[in-house]
Amino acid sequence: MERRRSFPDVLAGGIFVLIGGAFVVGSLGYELGTPLRMGPGAFPLLVGAIVAALGLAIVVKGLIVGEAISFGPIPWRAVAVIVVAVLFFGFTVRGLGFVPTSAVTALLTTLASSRVRLVTALAVTAGLTVASTLIFVVGLQLRIPLLGPWLGF
Amino acid sequence: MELFDNLALGFSTALLVQNVLYCFVGVLLGTAVGVLPGIGPTATVAMLLPITFSFEPVTALIMLAGIYYGAQYGGSTTAILINLPGESSAAVTALDGHEMARQGRAGAALAAAAVGSFIAGTVATVALAVAAPPLARVALQFGPAEYFSLVLLGLIVSIALARGTALKALAMIFLGVLLGTVGQDIYTGTPRFVFDERELYGGIDFVSVAVGMFGVAEILRNLENEQTRTAIVSKVKNLWPTREDRRRIVGPILRGTGLGAALGVLPGGGHVLASFTSYAVEKRISKRQQEFGHGAIEGVAGPESANNAAAQTSFIPLLTLGLPAHPVMALMVGAFIVHGITPGPNVIVDEPELFWGLIASMWIGNVLLVLLNLPLIGMWVRMLRIPYQVLFPMIILFASIGTYSLGFNAYDVYAIVFFGILGYILIKCGCEPAPLLLGFVLGPLLEENLRRALIISRGDASVFVTRPISAVLLVLAVAALAVTVLPAIRKRREIVFSEEE
Repeated sequence: MERRRSFPDVLAGGIFVLIGGAFVVGSLGYELGTPLRMGPGAFPLLVGAIVAALGLAIVVKGLIVGEAISFGPIPWRAVAVIVVAVLFFGFTVRGLGFVPTSAVTALLTTLASSRVRLVTALAVTAGLTVASTLIFVVGLQLRIPLLGPWLGF
Repeated sequence: MELFDNLALGFSTALLVQNVLYCFVGVLLGTAVGVLPGIGPTATVAMLLPITFSFEPVTALIMLAGIYYGAQYGGSTTAILINLPGESSAAVTALDGHEMARQGRAGAALAAAAVGSFIAGTVATVALAVAAPPLARVALQFGPAEYFSLVLLGLIVSIALARGTALKALAMIFLGVLLGTVGQDIYTGTPRFVFDERELYGGIDFVSVAVGMFGVAEILRNLENEQTRTAIVSKVKNLWPTREDRRRIVGPILRGTGLGAALGVLPGGGHVLASFTSYAVEKRISKRQQEFGHGAIEGVAGPESANNAAAQTSFIPLLTLGLPAHPVMALMVGAFIVHGITPGPNVIVDEPELFWGLIASMWIGNVLLVLLNLPLIGMWVRMLRIPYQVLFPMIILFASIGTYSLGFNAYDVYAIVFFGILGYILIKCGCEPAPLLLGFVLGPLLEENLRRALIISRGDASVFVTRPISAVLLVLAVAALAVTVLPAIRKRREIVFSEEE
């Protein structure tokens, strides 16, 4: 069989090794206990080691007989915009209140598409803000103030 | 007859006005997300789960279940009409269903799918009602050692059904288990991996994991190359199949129902496997093999019945053992727990109204689905014209609101971002998200039963192999693992799943 390297395999394996390894290191800080009374660190240590080992196997396999997967393009703009939009929501919903936070989150999210037009974005934002307020606050009685303390309410 | 008494109890619960109403809402939403590509039942259930916290438990579960099996119906509509399976299990329906639509027989294909699904749903609901109580009685005998082995078996079997390599699926499962350890330790209360953040003491919420992995990651995938969906749909006419068609679909529906009911119990996506198996079976035994791929009605009726039957019977492991067979089931475990009910063999004894009401509601849901799908087909087709630019901001916003309302905890919202990005990268590298979610939900169960079993056995690890049921389950788990790694079977798996792409 032809030797082929697979970047996705190595990347995936690397992620598993990294996360598994981090948990192994972390769990060494907790009590391991005995088999009779396993401490809080024992199970994560075991599972972390398994994840890291499997990750290592995936890396090795990726270097020798990797899976042919096309990684494809990364929509950087969408990634960045969606990350900012969701973080914004989490950060401000308490302070700004439901309506302004939803509107800004929706507006930001529409910008993730590279073909968005301003009119569409504003229409979608308005529609979604009204719809989510009606569904979640009016309909489902979600206990989030419509306008938050940061705005003087 | 005990069964009839139980079903009567179930129907008296399921026919309460609010239950029928939310059953309707569930199947309606399910059909909608089944029709729309780019959002599946897992993300939908995850987003709507927090909303159902204020409902009665049985109402909440009826609605969530409706979303799940409703999506199986909706997926077939788009597969037939525009060759775009909204749900993975409908991919095989597109092969012959879309061909029939191109020949002007879309009506017959839709009717075959709907009738098949209805019959399959009815039979599988009865199968669920008959099979669940004895299984639950067996499960009541299970101690921690048996549970540990059973959970392990369930996790391993789910690999066999995942796409991609077994190695990656295995790694995803254990990564899920590992992420499930974040938060306070159940025995000592020691906070683990919380970075001194009080908000993380309760652990990572599985809704955030599901929304991130199935919602956000999927959106990023779709935004990779944007294209306008062109929904050129021919008018659907002649909904009723001809006498010839009716004769031809009886066998496939019955065989599909049987296959689906049996395979649906398997963890990890039995409904996808069921529809592919049914297609293969119908093709093999048909006298008109050359017609398959060119509009054979058997190729629509069989797989559609199979995936719908499987969607119903995949509730069996959830309701009897507390083990989810599908990511949606994993979310339903969460719904049970939020309402203070531990899913498992005790549900049938402690909450008979809930148990039988849920089962009865599935039959009611199937009736509603037939009514929704056949006469209102035009409405669903029109829904395909909703541009993705409206759809994905809606998913992101509703997902943020939904996860925030879980516990008014901003960390749950931040977690969506983390799991969205992690999921996106891993999916791009050929890893499936479903095993991770199953591992995440079952991980704490695995740890708890492992530790409890060892405490009971005074630290003797041989307890897992000396107790007979546990030993058998472990042998099965090892066998399942060997089977997925063996090259011959792996190749067949690849063939089955490559057809799906």
